[in-house]
Amino acid sequence: MENKTKKTKNTTILQLREGVKADFEIVNRCLIIKLLEELDHHNALTIREQSDKLITGRNVKDIIFDFTGTDFMDSSGIGVIMGRYKKIIFAGGQVAVTGVNQSIDRIFRLSGLYKIIHKYDSIDEAVNKFTP
Amino acid sequence: MNNTNEMLLEIQSLSRNEGFARMVIAGFVAQLDPTIEEIADIKTAVSEAVTNAIIHGYNSGDGKIQIYCRIIGRDVFIEVRDTGEGIENIEKAMEPLYTTRPELERSGMGFAFMEAFMDELSVDSKLGEGTTIKMQKRIH
Repeated sequence: MENKTKKTKNTTILQLREGVKADFEIVNRCLIIKLLEELDHHNALTIREQSDKLITGRNVKDIIFDFTGTDFMDSSGIGVIMGRYKKIIFAGGQVAVTGVNQSIDRIFRLSGLYKIIHKYDSIDEAVNKFTP
Repeated sequence: MNNTNEMLLEIQSLSRNEGFARMVIAGFVAQLDPTIEEIADIKTAVSEAVTNAIIHGYNSGDGKIQIYCRIIGRDVFIEVRDTGEGIENIEKAMEPLYTTRPELERSGMGFAFMEAFMDELSVDSKLGEGTTIKMQKRIH
Protein backbone atom coordinates (compact mmCIF):
# COMPACT_ATOMS: atom_id res chain seq x y z
CA MET A 1 0.00 0.00 0.00
CA GLU A 2 1.50 3.30 -1.08
CA ASN A 3 0.51 6.78 -0.04
CA LYS A 4 -0.06 9.47 -2.61
CA THR A 5 0.06 12.91 -1.11
CA LYS A 6 -1.41 15.99 -2.72
CA LYS A 7 -0.84 19.30 -1.00
CA THR A 8 -2.83 22.48 -1.52
CA LYS A 9 -2.39 25.36 0.92
CA ASN A 10 -2.96 23.89 4.38
CA THR A 11 -5.02 20.93 3.21
CA THR A 12 -3.44 17.53 2.77
CA ILE A 13 -5.32 14.78 0.99
CA LEU A 14 -3.99 11.29 1.45
CA GLN A 15 -5.21 8.62 -0.88
CA LEU A 16 -4.53 4.95 -0.45
CA ARG A 17 -4.49 2.92 -3.61
CA GLU A 18 -5.50 -0.48 -2.36
CA GLY A 19 -7.91 -1.72 0.29
CA VAL A 20 -9.45 1.71 0.62
CA LYS A 21 -11.70 1.80 3.66
CA ALA A 22 -11.63 5.55 4.09
CA ASP A 23 -10.24 8.77 2.66
CA PHE A 24 -8.16 10.82 5.05
CA GLU A 25 -7.81 14.56 4.86
CA ILE A 26 -6.15 17.04 7.18
CA VAL A 27 -7.40 20.61 7.34
CA ASN A 28 -5.28 22.73 9.65
CA ARG A 29 -4.91 20.29 12.56
CA CYS A 30 -8.24 18.55 12.02
CA LEU A 31 -8.20 14.98 10.70
CA ILE A 32 -11.21 14.20 8.52
CA ILE A 33 -11.90 10.49 8.12
CA LYS A 34 -14.33 9.94 5.26
CA LEU A 35 -15.56 6.39 5.75
CA LEU A 36 -16.13 4.49 2.51
CA GLU A 37 -16.94 1.06 3.94
CA GLU A 38 -19.15 -0.30 6.69
CA LEU A 39 -17.58 0.40 10.08
CA ASP A 40 -17.58 -3.11 11.55
CA HIS A 41 -14.93 -5.20 13.31
CA HIS A 42 -13.30 -6.14 10.00
CA ASN A 43 -12.79 -2.60 8.73
CA ALA A 44 -12.20 -1.15 12.20
CA LEU A 45 -8.72 -2.70 12.34
CA THR A 46 -7.47 -0.93 9.20
CA ILE A 47 -9.14 2.39 9.93
CA ARG A 48 -7.72 2.40 13.44
CA GLU A 49 -4.18 1.79 12.19
CA GLN A 50 -4.33 4.36 9.41
CA SER A 51 -5.86 7.03 11.66
CA ASP A 52 -3.35 6.54 14.45
CA LYS A 53 -0.43 6.94 12.07
CA LEU A 54 -1.77 10.35 11.06
CA ILE A 55 -2.80 11.40 14.58
CA THR A 56 0.70 10.96 15.94
CA GLY A 57 2.66 11.78 12.76
CA ARG A 58 0.75 14.93 11.81
CA ASN A 59 0.08 16.52 15.17
CA VAL A 60 -3.68 16.16 14.80
CA LYS A 61 -5.86 18.01 17.33
CA ASP A 62 -9.46 17.34 16.33
CA ILE A 63 -11.08 14.45 14.43
CA ILE A 64 -14.16 14.30 12.20
CA PHE A 65 -15.66 10.94 11.25
CA ASP A 66 -17.75 11.43 8.12
CA PHE A 67 -20.35 8.74 7.42
CA THR A 68 -21.65 10.15 4.12
CA GLY A 69 -20.09 7.26 2.20
CA THR A 70 -21.35 4.41 4.39
CA ASP A 71 -24.62 3.26 5.88
CA PHE A 72 -23.62 0.73 8.54
CA MET A 73 -21.83 0.76 11.86
CA ASP A 74 -21.97 -1.60 14.84
CA SER A 75 -20.39 -1.63 18.30
CA SER A 76 -16.93 -2.02 16.74
CA GLY A 77 -17.35 1.52 15.39
CA ILE A 78 -18.08 2.79 18.89
CA GLY A 79 -14.77 1.24 19.95
CA VAL A 80 -12.89 2.96 17.10
CA ILE A 81 -14.34 6.38 17.90
CA MET A 82 -13.83 5.99 21.67
CA GLY A 83 -10.24 4.91 21.10
CA ARG A 84 -9.41 7.94 18.95
CA TYR A 85 -11.24 10.22 21.40
CA LYS A 86 -8.98 9.01 24.21
CA LYS A 87 -5.92 9.86 22.10
CA ILE A 88 -6.79 13.50 21.52
CA ILE A 89 -8.87 14.53 24.54
CA PHE A 90 -5.86 15.19 26.77
CA ALA A 91 -4.47 17.72 24.29
CA GLY A 92 -7.80 19.53 24.26
CA GLY A 93 -9.02 17.97 21.03
CA GLN A 94 -12.61 17.23 20.05
CA VAL A 95 -14.37 14.53 18.03
CA ALA A 96 -17.29 15.11 15.66
CA VAL A 97 -19.40 12.93 13.38
CA THR A 98 -21.07 14.08 10.17
CA GLY A 99 -23.31 12.61 7.47
CA VAL A 100 -24.87 10.19 9.96
CA ASN A 101 -27.93 8.26 8.73
CA GLN A 102 -30.85 7.22 10.92
CA SER A 103 -29.61 3.76 11.91
CA ILE A 104 -26.08 4.93 12.72
CA ASP A 105 -27.61 7.81 14.68
CA ARG A 106 -29.52 5.29 16.80
CA ILE A 107 -26.29 3.41 17.55
CA PHE A 108 -24.70 6.66 18.75
CA ARG A 109 -27.73 7.58 20.87
CA LEU A 110 -27.99 4.11 22.44
CA SER A 111 -24.30 3.98 23.27
CA GLY A 112 -24.41 7.41 24.93
CA LEU A 113 -21.55 8.58 22.69
CA TYR A 114 -23.23 11.93 22.01
CA LYS A 115 -22.31 12.91 25.55
CA ILE A 116 -18.69 13.24 24.46
CA ILE A 117 -18.81 13.77 20.68
CA HIS A 118 -20.58 16.34 18.52
CA LYS A 119 -22.83 15.73 15.53
CA TYR A 120 -22.91 18.16 12.59
CA ASP A 121 -24.74 18.04 9.27
CA SER A 122 -21.66 18.69 7.15
CA ILE A 123 -17.88 18.45 7.31
CA ASP A 124 -17.60 22.19 6.64
CA GLU A 125 -19.79 22.99 9.62
CA ALA A 126 -17.67 20.77 11.87
CA VAL A 127 -14.36 22.19 10.56
CA ASN A 128 -15.59 25.73 11.17
CA LYS A 129 -16.61 24.85 14.72
CA PHE A 130 -13.19 23.36 15.44
CA THR A 131 -11.03 25.98 13.74
CA PRO A 132 -12.79 29.34 13.94
CA MET B 1 -50.62 -15.75 6.29
CA ASN B 2 -48.66 -18.55 7.90
CA ASN B 3 -45.58 -19.02 5.81
CA THR B 4 -42.47 -20.69 7.13
CA ASN B 5 -39.02 -20.71 5.66
CA GLU B 6 -35.54 -21.46 6.87
CA MET B 7 -31.88 -21.19 5.92
CA LEU B 8 -28.50 -22.21 7.29
CA LEU B 9 -25.18 -20.56 6.57
CA GLU B 10 -21.80 -21.78 7.70
CA ILE B 11 -18.79 -19.50 7.51
CA GLN B 12 -15.19 -19.69 8.52
CA SER B 13 -14.36 -17.52 11.52
CA LEU B 14 -12.87 -14.61 9.55
CA SER B 15 -13.64 -10.93 10.07
CA ARG B 16 -14.14 -10.42 6.35
CA ASN B 17 -17.16 -12.75 6.55
CA GLU B 18 -19.01 -10.42 8.94
CA GLY B 19 -20.39 -8.25 6.16
CA PHE B 20 -21.31 -11.32 4.12
CA ALA B 21 -23.27 -12.85 7.02
CA ARG B 22 -25.18 -9.59 7.56
CA MET B 23 -26.07 -9.37 3.88
CA VAL B 24 -27.26 -12.98 3.66
CA ILE B 25 -29.60 -12.59 6.63
CA ALA B 26 -30.85 -9.20 5.39
CA GLY B 27 -31.51 -10.76 1.98
CA PHE B 28 -33.37 -13.71 3.49
CA VAL B 29 -35.55 -11.53 5.72
CA ALA B 30 -36.37 -9.22 2.77
CA GLN B 31 -39.22 -11.60 1.79
CA LEU B 32 -41.19 -10.19 4.76
CA ASP B 33 -40.90 -6.70 3.28
CA PRO B 34 -39.40 -5.17 6.42
CA THR B 35 -38.77 -1.45 6.91
CA ILE B 36 -35.26 -0.05 6.47
CA GLU B 37 -35.10 0.32 10.24
CA GLU B 38 -36.07 -3.33 10.86
CA ILE B 39 -33.40 -4.51 8.41
CA ALA B 40 -30.81 -2.25 10.07
CA ASP B 41 -31.76 -3.71 13.47
CA ILE B 42 -31.29 -7.29 12.26
CA LYS B 43 -28.03 -6.51 10.46
CA THR B 44 -26.60 -4.92 13.60
CA ALA B 45 -27.67 -7.81 15.84
CA VAL B 46 -26.22 -10.43 13.46
CA SER B 47 -23.02 -8.42 13.13
CA GLU B 48 -22.60 -8.28 16.91
CA ALA B 49 -23.23 -12.01 17.36
CA VAL B 50 -20.87 -13.04 14.54
CA THR B 51 -18.17 -10.63 15.74
CA ASN B 52 -18.46 -12.06 19.25
CA ALA B 53 -18.03 -15.58 17.88
CA ILE B 54 -14.89 -14.55 15.98
CA ILE B 55 -13.24 -12.51 18.73
CA HIS B 56 -14.38 -14.26 21.89
CA GLY B 57 -15.50 -17.72 20.74
CA TYR B 58 -12.46 -18.45 18.61
CA ASN B 59 -10.08 -15.79 19.95
CA SER B 60 -9.60 -14.59 16.34
CA GLY B 61 -8.35 -18.08 15.42
CA ASP B 62 -9.77 -20.85 13.26
CA GLY B 63 -13.30 -22.18 13.59
CA LYS B 64 -16.73 -22.42 11.99
CA ILE B 65 -19.75 -20.26 12.68
CA GLN B 66 -23.28 -21.32 11.83
CA ILE B 67 -25.99 -18.77 11.24
CA TYR B 68 -29.46 -20.23 11.15
CA CYS B 69 -32.56 -18.23 10.31
CA ARG B 70 -36.18 -19.30 10.40
CA ILE B 71 -39.23 -17.34 9.45
CA ILE B 72 -42.59 -18.26 10.96
CA GLY B 73 -45.37 -15.94 9.92
CA ARG B 74 -43.93 -12.50 10.62
CA ASP B 75 -41.46 -13.67 13.25
CA VAL B 76 -37.77 -14.00 12.46
CA PHE B 77 -35.70 -16.40 14.58
CA ILE B 78 -31.94 -16.20 14.27
CA GLU B 79 -29.32 -18.45 15.86
CA VAL B 80 -25.60 -17.80 15.74
CA ARG B 81 -23.53 -20.77 16.92
CA ASP B 82 -19.87 -21.33 17.51
CA THR B 83 -18.02 -24.27 19.02
CA GLY B 84 -15.35 -22.12 20.59
CA GLU B 85 -14.31 -21.24 24.12
CA GLY B 86 -17.70 -20.46 25.60
CA ILE B 87 -18.57 -17.65 28.00
CA GLU B 88 -17.48 -17.96 31.61
CA ASN B 89 -20.00 -15.54 33.08
CA ILE B 90 -22.95 -14.80 30.78
CA GLU B 91 -24.53 -12.27 33.12
CA LYS B 92 -21.32 -10.26 33.30
CA ALA B 93 -20.77 -10.54 29.54
CA MET B 94 -24.19 -9.02 28.91
CA GLU B 95 -23.56 -5.96 31.09
CA PRO B 96 -23.26 -2.84 28.92
CA LEU B 97 -19.68 -1.56 28.61
CA TYR B 98 -18.25 -4.79 30.06
CA THR B 99 -15.56 -6.30 27.88
CA THR B 100 -12.81 -8.85 28.36
CA ARG B 101 -10.90 -7.32 25.44
CA PRO B 102 -10.35 -3.62 26.10
CA GLU B 103 -6.97 -3.86 24.33
CA LEU B 104 -8.87 -4.64 21.11
CA GLU B 105 -10.95 -1.50 21.67
CA ARG B 106 -14.11 -3.50 22.19
CA SER B 107 -16.83 -1.18 23.43
CA GLY B 108 -18.71 -3.78 25.47
CA MET B 109 -21.94 -2.80 23.71
CA GLY B 110 -22.48 -5.95 21.63
CA PHE B 111 -25.09 -7.68 23.77
CA ALA B 112 -26.72 -4.34 24.63
CA PHE B 113 -27.29 -3.71 20.91
CA MET B 114 -28.60 -7.24 20.32
CA GLU B 115 -31.06 -6.73 23.18
CA ALA B 116 -32.07 -3.27 22.00
CA PHE B 117 -32.60 -4.16 18.36
CA MET B 118 -34.28 -7.57 18.72
CA ASP B 119 -37.44 -8.51 20.63
CA GLU B 120 -35.94 -11.55 22.38
CA LEU B 121 -32.39 -12.63 23.13
CA SER B 122 -31.02 -15.68 24.90
CA VAL B 123 -27.51 -17.00 25.31
CA ASP B 124 -26.55 -20.66 25.75
CA SER B 125 -22.91 -21.21 26.50
CA LYS B 126 -20.69 -23.88 27.93
CA LEU B 127 -17.02 -23.45 28.66
CA GLY B 128 -14.95 -25.36 26.13
CA GLU B 129 -18.00 -26.27 24.04
CA GLY B 130 -19.19 -23.03 22.53
CA THR B 131 -21.93 -20.46 22.45
CA THR B 132 -25.33 -20.18 20.79
CA ILE B 133 -27.07 -16.83 20.57
CA LYS B 134 -30.82 -17.02 19.91
CA MET B 135 -32.67 -13.93 18.82
CA GLN B 136 -36.18 -13.19 17.70
CA LYS B 137 -37.82 -10.21 16.07
CA ARG B 138 -41.31 -9.58 14.74
CA ILE B 139 -41.49 -7.77 11.41
CA HIS B 140 -44.45 -5.38 11.38
